[in-house]
Amino acid sequence: MSVSSVDTFVPIAARPAPVAIRGTLGWVRRNLFGGPASVLATLTIIAALFYYVPGFIDWAVFNAVTRPDVAACRALDGAGACWGVIAEKYRLILLGRYPFDEQWRPLAATLLMVAMLIASCTRPLWSRWLVLAWVIVFAAFFILMRGGVLGLSAVETDRWGGLPLTLLLSTIGIAAAFPVAILVALGRRSHLPALRTICIVYVELIRGVPLISVLFMASFMFPLFMPQGVTINVLVRVLVGITLFAAAYLAEVVRGGLQAIPNGQLEAAASLGLSYWQTQRKIVLPQALRLVVPSIMNSFISTFKDTSLVTIVSLYELTGSVTLALAGDSNWRSFFVEAYLFIAAIYWIFCFAMSRYSQWVEQHLNVGHRRA
Amino acid sequence: MREPIITFEKVNKWFAQFHVLRDIDLEVGHGERIVICGPSGSGKSTLIRCINRLEEHQQGRLVVDGVELSDDVKAIEAIRRKVGLVFQQFNLFPHLTVLENLTLAPMWVAGVPQKEAEERAMAQLTRVRIAEQAQKYPMQLSGGQQQRVAIARALCLTPKIMLFDEPTSALDPEMIKEVLDVIIELAGQGMTMICVSHEMGFAKSVADRVIFMDFGQIVEQNSPEEFFNHPKNERTRDFLSKILSH
Repeated sequence: MSVSSVDTFVPIAARPAPVAIRGTLGWVRRNLFGGPASVLATLTIIAALFYYVPGFIDWAVFNAVTRPDVAACRALDGAGACWGVIAEKYRLILLGRYPFDEQWRPLAATLLMVAMLIASCTRPLWSRWLVLAWVIVFAAFFILMRGGVLGLSAVETDRWGGLPLTLLLSTIGIAAAFPVAILVALGRRSHLPALRTICIVYVELIRGVPLISVLFMASFMFPLFMPQGVTINVLVRVLVGITLFAAAYLAEVVRGGLQAIPNGQLEAAASLGLSYWQTQRKIVLPQALRLVVPSIMNSFISTFKDTSLVTIVSLYELTGSVTLALAGDSNWRSFFVEAYLFIAAIYWIFCFAMSRYSQWVEQHLNVGHRRA
Repeated sequence: MREPIITFEKVNKWFAQFHVLRDIDLEVGHGERIVICGPSGSGKSTLIRCINRLEEHQQGRLVVDGVELSDDVKAIEAIRRKVGLVFQQFNLFPHLTVLENLTLAPMWVAGVPQKEAEERAMAQLTRVRIAEQAQKYPMQLSGGQQQRVAIARALCLTPKIMLFDEPTSALDPEMIKEVLDVIIELAGQGMTMICVSHEMGFAKSVADRVIFMDFGQIVEQNSPEEFFNHPKNERTRDFLSKILSH
């Protein structure tokens, strides 16, 4: 009688999500007033902001003295900030004990280093030439700072200080620690028991002591073990100390990434005939490192701030030079809060830049884990 | 008969205390196509993974294309260049594009220049009918497409022997056929192939010999007709009745 018919499949067209879960209003409702606890927290925070922020702005802006005028600052009696201390001392804070008339040199060196750091973070410039550029920049940095050639007067490293020293210690510390960390992390997963043991002992030993004690060792104890007449510059010793310290932490971060790589990746590489180093370089590390970008940046930021500890071995980087600038001057000694806020702002700018950069790196490296 | 391309002589292997391969004797001829089946844990995968030494055997002799497998790293690397392996889980490199997955080993292991490696890669991708996906990343492909890329990747080193370790077990039912079709096509081209699989229809259509393994041993081996129609061993019958009953 009737011919058996086949139903035609018509998919339901996709519709936009309801307004309640979209837009600014939806966001506010969900995140700030999502329930009684959330409402309470939001209101408490708003109240606290109303209570404290105006007072801080009065202190920092409206009542503040920006002239380097001690009498005016004293007259404030704490009611306002004395930014004058920075106007008075900024060269000492930023550049330390470097000879006053030669201070264009550390300034130029710092700008050069910052420019190179920015260039290194720019993707179109990622190439082999960057390595060469770094060698040249470091050479220029040392020539500018150290002098003794090209008509520049010689300035010993113990007079280097402030921001250029901070940048030098952290850049070299980080750049040297990273490859060491990768080797140690690989070594800790090696099948060779001796190598593995050495790497474990290194990491556990260094992680078990504070950086201050590593710096003390590098600065005061290490020379005692050197043969008579052989001395190594304290800056170099401290750099080695910072590098070894940072590398131990970083090695554990990298190892975490290595462990997240499925065994199947290693088997696939092996079955294609790739050697151990080819496998690490082409397959394992590119995947492992991008997994731990946030933690790596965490370590970098730590290292950057840890350089402030070299003050205890008489190297006056940014933090140390503040003490240097204020301690010897009874007029300005009492305005250390403003001075410390100033260098805190400098540290924050660098750290925030690193943090934002790490987010950018994450986004640009996660191709392949993103669908469509 | 010519000398076999793969020879197992009394091969034994243990995972810690577990005796996973027991007195394996097996000869595989040039161009022979073998399907291995058996219950899980019977040692099928371990057996084929011994051939390119992803697994190490502890006793007996294993000779692949005239080279005995030992701790000699150079010999192992040479054998791995001649033996392609396709995994159940594809194991493509997720951070590389499809094309880069294929050119990596030819460029770094065999020293082929990039341009030539890419041409070869495209030829293999065409062979597995997926050339248009060359610039995509593996995660952007379906399981069936990923497995075909994995097959193409193994073929890029022009291996003499192809090993397949349950190549369709991780796939959605809709995608099994496209992968099996590719393998069947390869089988028609004279390459030595060993495939661990439970696709019995596939075994019937491509295999010269079907091997049944259980408890780390080769229980029975025969031509597909004999194997499926007149299984001799009680274990084989029991296994076949379980997988063919529905």
